[in-house]
Amino acid sequence: MTKGQAISLQKNDGGSLTAVRMGLGWQAAPRRGLFGSRTREIDLDASAVLFADKQPVDVVFFRHLVSDDGSVRHTGDNLVGGVGQGGDDEAILVDLSRVPVHIDQIVFTVNSFTGQTFQEVQNAFCRLVDETNGQELARYTLAGGGAYTAQIMAKVHRTGTGWTMTALGNPANGRTFQDLMPAILPVL
Amino acid sequence: MTAELVRGQNHPLSQSRLEIRISAGTPVVAAAALGDESGRIHGTEWVAHPGAPTQPGLEVSRQAAADHRLAVDLDAVTDAVHRVSVLLALPAAEGGPGPARFGSVAAPFVAVTGLDGEEVASYTITGLEAESAVVALELYRRQGAWKVRAVGQGYAGGLAELLTDQSLPEAVQLAGTIGEAVARGLARSVQAPPPRPSDGDRSRQPAAPAVGPDQGGTAPQGTPDPVPPSYGGQPSGGPGQDGPQPAYGAGAADPSTTGGPIDYSHPRRQTSAPPPPPPAAPQPRPGQPAQPVAGDATGWSMEERLYNQVWGMFEDLARTTAAYRSAVDFAESRMDKELEQALSDPRSRLGGQGDAAREAARARHAELVGQARESLDRDLAQLVAEAEVVEPALPPAFARWDNPAWHAYRVPMEIPMALRLGDLRLPEADPLRIPMLLRLPLERGLWIDSGRADSLDGSFTDSHDMRRLAMETAVAHAARLLAVYPAGEFTVHVIDPAGSGAQALAPLTGTGVLAAPPAQGAAGVGDVLGRLTQRVDLVQMALRGGAPDALPPGFDTSQQLLVVNDFPHGFDDRAVNQLRYLADEGPSVGVHLMMVADREESSAYGPLLDPLWRSLLRLTAVPDDHLADPWVGHAWTYEPPVVPPGSQVLHQVLTQVAAARRAWRR
Repeated sequence: MTKGQAISLQKNDGGSLTAVRMGLGWQAAPRRGLFGSRTREIDLDASAVLFADKQPVDVVFFRHLVSDDGSVRHTGDNLVGGVGQGGDDEAILVDLSRVPVHIDQIVFTVNSFTGQTFQEVQNAFCRLVDETNGQELARYTLAGGGAYTAQIMAKVHRTGTGWTMTALGNPANGRTFQDLMPAILPVL
Repeated sequence: MTAELVRGQNHPLSQSRLEIRISAGTPVVAAAALGDESGRIHGTEWVAHPGAPTQPGLEVSRQAAADHRLAVDLDAVTDAVHRVSVLLALPAAEGGPGPARFGSVAAPFVAVTGLDGEEVASYTITGLEAESAVVALELYRRQGAWKVRAVGQGYAGGLAELLTDQSLPEAVQLAGTIGEAVARGLARSVQAPPPRPSDGDRSRQPAAPAVGPDQGGTAPQGTPDPVPPSYGGQPSGGPGQDGPQPAYGAGAADPSTTGGPIDYSHPRRQTSAPPPPPPAAPQPRPGQPAQPVAGDATGWSMEERLYNQVWGMFEDLARTTAAYRSAVDFAESRMDKELEQALSDPRSRLGGQGDAAREAARARHAELVGQARESLDRDLAQLVAEAEVVEPALPPAFARWDNPAWHAYRVPMEIPMALRLGDLRLPEADPLRIPMLLRLPLERGLWIDSGRADSLDGSFTDSHDMRRLAMETAVAHAARLLAVYPAGEFTVHVIDPAGSGAQALAPLTGTGVLAAPPAQGAAGVGDVLGRLTQRVDLVQMALRGGAPDALPPGFDTSQQLLVVNDFPHGFDDRAVNQLRYLADEGPSVGVHLMMVADREESSAYGPLLDPLWRSLLRLTAVPDDHLADPWVGHAWTYEPPVVPPGSQVLHQVLTQVAAARRAWRR
């Protein structure tokens, strides 16, 4: 999947996708110098904002792990990243069949809470996975991605009876999702 | 560009309308105070706090929360004001639950942002220890311009000490008012839920341990023994945070554990063997939801699985209703906006165009609400079906009084993990009643409100009837507690100063389950309170001395419940102080209060009794929507447990309890 590309979350057999996961993984950047092995802690955070007709209704992030309606769940805050094994360090799971009827878009974002830009993070990626079969729908490499501290990753939105996902990958800056609202609104 | 401030550092502010964002890992109280040139707060109207959230130029939240956004407009403050301080306090310091020192929680983060969300300056308040209140930041006027300074000055004595330091004359009273306002928000919440089991039927993601609010009382997921191992925990802290406490065991305490590490395993529960598998749900037919099964949740015993299942249903109902309410709110605000547009559009004033636009707006509203109702109804149908299989399977401690489980009642050998205190429901889901299960042993006392109330269905109950109803409700709760504890492990005392509760107390007095006849008159009140106070002292001394086995031989180690009728009649100041002491110190050593009282009637004591009411869980004798769930915070209607009219179940159960007690004492 490339930036701006939209895919319909309909399965080949006609059934529609019911659960997606946004996964985020990273590894702290080693510091050069005398103590080369020392690493600086980097805290990336994944968030999902639920919109009804461009109005933010609910948000799932490290301080509010479950949307009030229970359809979007965050697996919990990871403050230091993983060891770069390729697994998700943070994940947000969306049960599309339980998303309230008035919610028409869900936007996924990634922020660097500790303020490092993506240039300083190693093995950082975020991806979207069809949770029902584990198939990866989209993947971005964040590492070395430029002097940004945030990215508007993707959105899933209602189309007809099902859902469609659009890959965005827009760079932005901010510490938490609140800071990203001005950058999110144009993509709705 | 954000300036990350260190303690004492300042930074210029270019805007006058600002937002202060606060993030703390635990609920905190946020307030803002105005000060003059020398930093003095002139009066209570110079402080914006949860009890008075708006002051000129300031707005704060009404309740304690982990995240706050305070609004500040520096142009709106008077010329006399030279300083705006942002204050944080832990609710525990003002009489609420939770951690009591900032040293035991994550460092709070404070940021000053413009209205556009652009961060101007931020400050992480590190290095706090025993402090329970802190001046986080101050915005101050210097030569006509405003600046922000990171302060981080903490106070171990809470807001009272903090405000005194800022020369507020009424510091202590204001701290009390703030505590009261915060407690009003907190007291509404039902006990914290257990860690949410990853029940495959309900939450579709595996192994995501949902983190429950930290009010304690629940063992971490995977710990085989859900019963808190010790009654000796300090009421201020959560279990496990106070370090090992010697177990004040009920009867079976092993003296060899004195001073040693706690054995967290349940003496009667096998932890090495895997739990018996939960009942398998039959495969659903294609296109149909799965058939509900009682006990379809995680747990090491059927009891624990049912408990988790009931809490799961509680959460599911809270969340599906949240989805419905959110959709309806949105549909209404969208319709309002569209109707307004139709009105303001000049073209729509002509002919039928406006009517058509209004009609379309209403149709869009009806369609969305209809869809929302449809998915709510689908979820409700599933929950109703689940309740239909779960209710009959509940053990007596979890069951309604009309459940046949109570007819087959036998005096138990083990303390159950929880007790049903009544039912909870929401107006959108009228047929559904969620059992309100509270963990045992009780963590706080109960207050059965006998105040006159217009019940929800509009019927009016006069004060005499209310008092009788409240006392009957209290007796039903006390009877249930007596029945679910093993013989002799629960003792009930009654204070009925004027004897007005005699009729309602008949089930208890008639069957002989009370330790002694209800105490009457001032002498009787003094005697019972004196003995229970002494008991609390004695057990506390033994616990603090690390010698729980040093209690006198023959000491009754059972849990104690004191039912107080007709408060405050017959209570002098000394008795009132003893009651407060029992409410504060009793629960940690197994002494509990059940007050049957009308708060209005005791108002003569002034704010002296406010901490007492706050420490008790308020229940009502008629349905009342005063309880909140821990996830979304809906107002739930509480319905007290009702013994079916004409039923002898209470009498039969208590007769058995009395017989078992007699046999046990022999």
